[in-house]
Amino acid sequence: MVPLVSMKAITKFFGPVKVLDQVDFTIYPGEVHILAGENGAGKSTLVKILAGAHTDYQGHIAMEGREIRPSSPLDANRHGIAAIHQELSLIPSMTVVDNLFLGHPVTRQGFIREKVHRRDAEDVLRKAGVNAAVTSLVEDLPISVQQLIEIAKAIHLNARVLIMDEPSSALNAHDVETLFALVKQLKSENRGVVYITHRLEEIYRLADRITVLRDGKLVGSALAPELPEKKLFQWMVGREMEEQFPRHTPQTSTEALRVEKFTVRPAGRALRPLVDRVSLSTGRGEILGIGGLQGSGASELFLGLFGALPKRTEGRVSIEGKLIRIRSPRDAVANGIALLTNDRKATGLISSMSVTANMCAANMSNLAPHGWRRPWEETRMASEMGRALQLRAASLEMEVSDLSGGNQQKVAIGKWLTTSPRVMLLDEPTRGIDVGAKHEVYQLMNEWTARGISILLVTSEMPELLAMSDRIIVMHRGIITAELARQEATAEKVLEAAMGKTNGGENAR
Amino acid sequence: MLGEIREPLRRDAGAGSKAGARAGGMHGVLQSLARALTSTAGRACLGLVLVLFLGVIFNADGAFFKEGTHRDTLRQSSVYGILACGMTLVMLTGGIDLSVGGVLAVSSVSFSLLTMHMDWPWWLAIIACLFLGSALGSASGALISNAKLQPFIATLALMTFARGFAKYITGGQKISTYVTQGDKVIIKQLPTVFKVIDSRILGGNLAIVSVIFLVCFIAAWILLARHKWGRELYSIGGNEEAARLSGVPVRMAKFLAYTFSGLMCGVAGICQAAQETQGDPEAGAGYELTAIAMVAIGGTSLAGGRGSMGLTLLGILTIGYLQKILSINAVAEAYRLMITGIIIVLAVLTQKRRSR
Repeated sequence: MVPLVSMKAITKFFGPVKVLDQVDFTIYPGEVHILAGENGAGKSTLVKILAGAHTDYQGHIAMEGREIRPSSPLDANRHGIAAIHQELSLIPSMTVVDNLFLGHPVTRQGFIREKVHRRDAEDVLRKAGVNAAVTSLVEDLPISVQQLIEIAKAIHLNARVLIMDEPSSALNAHDVETLFALVKQLKSENRGVVYITHRLEEIYRLADRITVLRDGKLVGSALAPELPEKKLFQWMVGREMEEQFPRHTPQTSTEALRVEKFTVRPAGRALRPLVDRVSLSTGRGEILGIGGLQGSGASELFLGLFGALPKRTEGRVSIEGKLIRIRSPRDAVANGIALLTNDRKATGLISSMSVTANMCAANMSNLAPHGWRRPWEETRMASEMGRALQLRAASLEMEVSDLSGGNQQKVAIGKWLTTSPRVMLLDEPTRGIDVGAKHEVYQLMNEWTARGISILLVTSEMPELLAMSDRIIVMHRGIITAELARQEATAEKVLEAAMGKTNGGENAR
Repeated sequence: MLGEIREPLRRDAGAGSKAGARAGGMHGVLQSLARALTSTAGRACLGLVLVLFLGVIFNADGAFFKEGTHRDTLRQSSVYGILACGMTLVMLTGGIDLSVGGVLAVSSVSFSLLTMHMDWPWWLAIIACLFLGSALGSASGALISNAKLQPFIATLALMTFARGFAKYITGGQKISTYVTQGDKVIIKQLPTVFKVIDSRILGGNLAIVSVIFLVCFIAAWILLARHKWGRELYSIGGNEEAARLSGVPVRMAKFLAYTFSGLMCGVAGICQAAQETQGDPEAGAGYELTAIAMVAIGGTSLAGGRGSMGLTLLGILTIGYLQKILSINAVAEAYRLMITGIIIVLAVLTQKRRSR
């Protein structure tokens, strides 16, 4: 088979750091090529070179035998290469049709031919199986539809090679199916697809060929059937993961958090509450897992409990038997509640500030008792916390944006540990961090619960939910549809409840 | 000064020392120098050095080398500098305060009116003006933090309102020692407080307004570097949502930033009145832009989150010296404005963070 694209001996430096070392990568037509590896392995850098986002690399790229050197994303588009990044590149305030034709409009004497645009756009969306009006604003569409429009845009460019960097991370189960159908269609049209993902089930559902990178080096490339799961893990981590999820259940007796009939209303005038009269409780040292698909309301439940959605919540919350009122995140912190948000860049960390400043951000009332800061205390606390979390940072004074994903997450976690919380609300604590760091986070969760901290865990990774939770509740569109003990919980039961099938949980309605 | 300026440098410190150790010797020193120069503070210094270099070349027959020139530069930059102190705090939150010129005028005419026409004791008049400035600043602060107005709009409205208010309380007239009582015009004595503020100490080497500026500067510095509130301002500018979810009292911190800026306008207005020996309702027009330019040239980001008082001092001196050099060379106003505009662009261009 003649390769569509072949990248040979690609080497790339960021400053003095070699992030790619003599990597070969070949894309064949009509194939889905999965690029796998831990975070920081160099996957994104490699595809960014192909997509024209990084231009200072060594090595050669050939497209159907012809040497090319993509000098910009636009140049890559001209060569028939289009990338769909984790961060969407659509302009939210513009319509779908305007986004599709952005940069290459059909004009007559400089004026845009709206009718042609609209007809073509409808055509493209229909082909891609996207169910949206071309005249609607992108910002009014759900994130999943936006993601699909992004792909439709690449099809519209008539790209021969599509690069998808974790396209399913924001999608729910149903939309993932639409995405997969679209990927299959792209294959049948003899296009080449490069697909980066962290989700094992996606790898084996989609892959024709798998290439694994580790620390910027090519570990290997194989056809999917020749690379069983165990071997893939070995390639990715370079060691065997014996026990991926080490949960040690502590004895729980006293109640830590009790929530009764908790409701979160949406910001707009929509009728359906995001969280509808949810009641739950956790014991000291217990991990209560909350399962659910996108739109389950679990994240909103957390934000509501944390006081981040003032005037939109109702219900009774008590901690260790004492009824409390939380009207702002400050109240929550004062009551010993911590919230690790699901997006550390947008809502977790202040990336322009140092590791120390971030670690201290939630605990200033203790660190600066009369308002005056004591930098030496902050440094002491940050280095202590850094040691406890095994933070790998060149300096505590470096900006957190310069850390790797896993270490950023540790800073976000450390920020909350300094407040000595009684209840931790963890929303996707292992999102976007590598396998090694995940393992460390699980171990930390065990340590905290051993100290009596109780944890509410929201995660979209089923194995993580099943393995780490002592008890699981499942939410679907704002209500609890199941409550399962650790022993009885299975992936099927959780998924059924998450999709709305009630099987007699105590809150089921 | 060093303590604060070092802060932005720290970012590169880890990588810098590593590179230095590897290269070793003279080469290492050069590398660290290169790194120091490419840091935010280094680039702000570079701007100042370039302006000073201009002064050395166009020294107006040696006038630039006279001690008095530098003394005057500091004195003439003082009112702007006081405004820039408040502006730095506001800009660190990612906001902007366009109202400083207008609020300065209110303070200036109120101070003149209270001391010259109404014979209030000097200390009471000062307190009243500081209070008035803070109150006006807190109005925009409340609009921004509670009513969620954009800082640009809220302070633009206050700028217009304050200018009108200054004209309202003076009837559009300048307030001076010429007081009209009925049909008679009497000439009152200039209150002592005006003379004191406009005087100099240390053998005429240090103007009182410069002392006032330095006090404001140090206060703002200490608050930013060592008070909890300073840290809150940085975190709001860096990522407001993350700050809120960390329990930072975002609304209060922002409200206080604009109130502080108003307070600085109150101080600057008193100084302005003393220097002009009158209260002019037109005073301070366009000062907001100079103050913003000083802060921005120093390298405090308009997007918020990055910057410091040390950097602002560099910005104040850069613009201050530029004005002085242009004036001792008797450059016509038309050219002066055009050159200032070009220098601002050049200085901010050198400040641009390289994208990583």
